[in-house]
Amino acid sequence: MSPILEVKDLQTSFGEVNVLAGVSFAVEQGETYAMVGESGSGKTTVIRAIAGLAPAQAGSVKFDGQEIRGIGERALRPLRKDIAMMFQDPTGSLSPRLTIRNLITEPHKIQGMKNRDLDAEAKRLLELVNLPAHFADRYPYQLSGGQARRVGVARALALEPKLILADEPTAGLDVSVQGELLNLLNDLRERLGLSMVIITHNLNVVRHVADRMGILYLGRLVEEGTTEAIFHEPRHPYTNCLLSANPEPDPDARLDRIALKGEPPSLIRRPSGCEFRDRCPMASDVCSQVPQWKVTNGHGVRCLTPRHL
Amino acid sequence: MTETLLEIDNLSVDYETARGDLKALRDISFDVNRGEIVGIVGESGCGKSTLISAILRLIAPNTRFRNGAIRFKGDDLLTRTEEQMRALRGGDISIVFQDPMQTHNPVITIGKQMVDIQHRVKISKAEKLATAARMLGVVGIPDPEARLKQYPHEFSGGMRQRIAIAMALMSEPDLLIADEPTTALDATLEVQIIERLKDLQRDFGCAILFISHHLGVIAELCDRVVVMYAGAVVESGTVREIFHNPKHPYTRRLIECDPGHIKTRARVLPTIPGEVPDLANLPEGCIFRERCDQAMARCAQVPPLTRLSEGHNAACWLNHAEEIA
Ligand SMILES: Nc1ncnc2c1ncn2[C@@H]1O[C@H](COP(=O)(O)OP(=O)(O)OP(=O)(O)O)[C@@H](O)[C@H]1O
Ligand SMILES: Nc1ncnc2c1ncn2[C@@H]1O[C@H](COP(=O)(O)OP(=O)(O)OP(=O)(O)O)[C@@H](O)[C@H]1O
Ligand SMILES: [Mg+2]
Ligand SMILES: [Mg+2]
Repeated sequence: MSPILEVKDLQTSFGEVNVLAGVSFAVEQGETYAMVGESGSGKTTVIRAIAGLAPAQAGSVKFDGQEIRGIGERALRPLRKDIAMMFQDPTGSLSPRLTIRNLITEPHKIQGMKNRDLDAEAKRLLELVNLPAHFADRYPYQLSGGQARRVGVARALALEPKLILADEPTAGLDVSVQGELLNLLNDLRERLGLSMVIITHNLNVVRHVADRMGILYLGRLVEEGTTEAIFHEPRHPYTNCLLSANPEPDPDARLDRIALKGEPPSLIRRPSGCEFRDRCPMASDVCSQVPQWKVTNGHGVRCLTPRHL
Repeated sequence: MTETLLEIDNLSVDYETARGDLKALRDISFDVNRGEIVGIVGESGCGKSTLISAILRLIAPNTRFRNGAIRFKGDDLLTRTEEQMRALRGGDISIVFQDPMQTHNPVITIGKQMVDIQHRVKISKAEKLATAARMLGVVGIPDPEARLKQYPHEFSGGMRQRIAIAMALMSEPDLLIADEPTTALDATLEVQIIERLKDLQRDFGCAILFISHHLGVIAELCDRVVVMYAGAVVESGTVREIFHNPKHPYTRRLIECDPGHIKTRARVLPTIPGEVPDLANLPEGCIFRERCDQAMARCAQVPPLTRLSEGHNAACWLNHAEEIA
């Protein structure tokens, strides 16, 4: 069976600045793939490029076997029903002049499904994300941050998509509402075979929802594997730093943090050799060479001196 | 000696709506001392952002102050003029909004915005630009000089958050109010930003009011925590008391729901069953009663926020065992 989403060597530049330097990954039907990585590493750009909302100068994006990179908005429109986005900025992605009812049934209108009972649809979708029905009459500015986030989720789920591209879908939610949302997504996956790419910086979320995960650094995957394998045997030193930094909900917790040296590197002048070496606690002379992508037991890493190998 | 910097005293705020008044904040009281870091946690929609917009008087047009006082350095802010409030914001009090686009003007470069907020400082424009570039470096943004020429949409979500933090720090405020400032930051950067905030507290004695859903960050950063539920304070105490000895069932449930405690993959994550009450149609009695697994007859009356030990308060009848018996 071919994967529902297959991204190969995706490249994006904004002007001179090369933000994605060749990103490849695939998502099987019914699978949840988490994309994590430093702020500014290109996560949002990856999913926006997949959805045709950011440029992608080279590479390939196949949805259900069909090439969709650069096919243009007209050709994409029918697919918008199957590929839904949850945007990182919840309030900013909702037009301020529309009521919540209009916002969450907008996908129906765009897809020409006006004859459905849109009031009932709005009610059903609000219920799905545990918001009271009377919220349908509100405007975005009358919502709290977390409520706006849930409206974005309801809107993305409106047409029962096959693939969800979710950018920080639980940011700004309290842990109980976050649990409800993740349970809902898990349920949709089991019942409808929903596939998902989820970007989150919350490692606690990754551990509970993702089957596989990829770690992005400076617009390149530096590690990819099952969530299990990565949490237990991270191979890339960056992954290791990231996992060790996770703040614990206990004021007396003693954390063995591995300090990440230096500043995030410049995209204008990318470092030579291994791009992580200036900040890497394990760097040695060999790291002046460019590391190749190396896969063993389905676990890939881009490092010359990987751990656990 | 501890000195009270901010005092919220019995504050009640409504939103006027077509369905009637939505009682967004009810009898909120707590203090922030000079140099102290106070966290606010609570359910999505419980009134955290309403509270800080009330403090700064950056309010939606349908907001109504019903009762109470907000004292900053002893002065009641509710009696201040709009002009005085403007001088306070970006001076003694800085804010990082939940939505960074509330800070950033989309059609002005980040460099110009960061120069403009230094309008009170008497230095040359070149020096202001240098300060701005240095601050971008402090929050981990590479190529700061080149970046200053860019517009907000050219930055990633986490970068915009960090720029908002950098801008809030520039005035070296006495009070920094931060509304979920790290939601878009990865764990390593989040820890770095926490360290920067702690430096700020240490070096300038700046107090911080910090709203977050990330209990790990609260545990790591804060001295004290205020727990809110449906527009009311249900518990407040030192960070240790709140995490190790919670005295309100809502606090306890909230901590239990944190997936940070659950180290193996769970198919179903814990949640608090039931719904948040409708703030336009408040139920009788304790606000948490309908979702509380320890509710009893007594809960038909509103439990007062009671002092349990020095600095630890909770609003729950379970802490009044002797009176029940
Ligand atoms: N429209 C744009 N024009 C110019 N540069 C851009 C644009 N969009 C993104 N970038 C740059 O691309 C890089 C990657 O941004 P992206 O938003 O993909 O990061 P991210 O991994 O999602 O980060 P975060 O976790 O902070 O949201 C950043 O340096 C950003 O400034
Ligand atoms: N202008 C408004 N008119 C009517 N109701 C409003 C308005 N602004 C906010 N509300 C409602 O008031 C309540 C409190 O909102 P607030 O934004 O303070 O919550 P919050 O605690 O910050 O939540 P979150 O964690 O989701 O950001 C919510 O139920 C919200 O829907
Ligand atoms: Mg992003
Ligand atoms: Mg809020």
